[in-house]
Amino acid sequence: MIFEAILFFVAAAGAIAGALGVVVLRNPFFSVLALVGHLLALAVLFLLLRAEFVAAAQVVVYAGAVMVLYVFVVAYIGGIEEPLGASAGPLRILGPLFAGVLLIEIAIATIGSGLRAVSSAGPVVGANFGSPEAIGALLLQKFLIAFEAASFLLLIAAVAAVVLARRRRGLEEAGGDTPLQIGRRPAKGPQADDPAVAGTGGEAGRSIDERTPTVAQGG
Amino acid sequence: MGIAWFVVLSAFIFAIGAAGVLTRRNPLVILLCLELMLNAGNLALLSFARAHGNGDGQVFALIVMVVAACEVVIGLGLIVAMFRNKLTIDADEMSELRG
Repeated sequence: MIFEAILFFVAAAGAIAGALGVVVLRNPFFSVLALVGHLLALAVLFLLLRAEFVAAAQVVVYAGAVMVLYVFVVAYIGGIEEPLGASAGPLRILGPLFAGVLLIEIAIATIGSGLRAVSSAGPVVGANFGSPEAIGALLLQKFLIAFEAASFLLLIAAVAAVVLARRRRGLEEAGGDTPLQIGRRPAKGPQADDPAVAGTGGEAGRSIDERTPTVAQGG
Repeated sequence: MGIAWFVVLSAFIFAIGAAGVLTRRNPLVILLCLELMLNAGNLALLSFARAHGNGDGQVFALIVMVVAACEVVIGLGLIVAMFRNKLTIDADEMSELRG
């Protein structure tokens, strides 16, 4: 029992530290890493609640696959360091205030609730509780419609992601969008707008031009 | 361990996530904070499932994870589309939500 309590407080501290890290860290890449730590701590808490299958799914699907997707997108966009709290005007003060009020409200609702089950440690459950077998039986017998709806939702999301992130032919007709250029265009696009990048590109080009004759002379 | 501890912890995480959604400006970090809030909901669902000794809440939590995964895919797709069209990746700048 004491071991459970220690594990709970360690995991809870990890979860809260990870959550604060997500909100406070400036670099989005570090925010993603903090969220991975938070998800792992949360998986430990799920195990303490006897939800073994959900904990495993949390680690494999969430901390694994979904976070890798995040890391890819952060790497693609580039870590934009935003000035923390530079948000305009009232939201900067009202945001944390609202969160504090929300926390107090939920805490009052939880602690003051008449549910006797909440203040106990929960009933004694069998070894089967939360196992893949029990979850699978529930999914396919009692919650079959929710299960099918979830699979449709995943299908729709996959199609939507392809539609959203593909290159639009109509908008970039002027660029002469040939299939061969698809991989190179995004890297070239921002350089034209950015005078600094364009300047360095010009210099690099010039230095190559200057070097070429000397090589020719040397030969 | 009383179940109330878990529920109060989930309230903490939810509040932190809400604060993040309201104060951060990078849409990527806003999505991450949304994940925090969904996970807090998951923790509460699992605590109540444990409190009642009933597996239904765990199935509910799994479905919430599916919804969260879909939300991530759509959100990241939108951010990539914003980046491709060379818009600023800033929630305060993206104020024209028409046509």
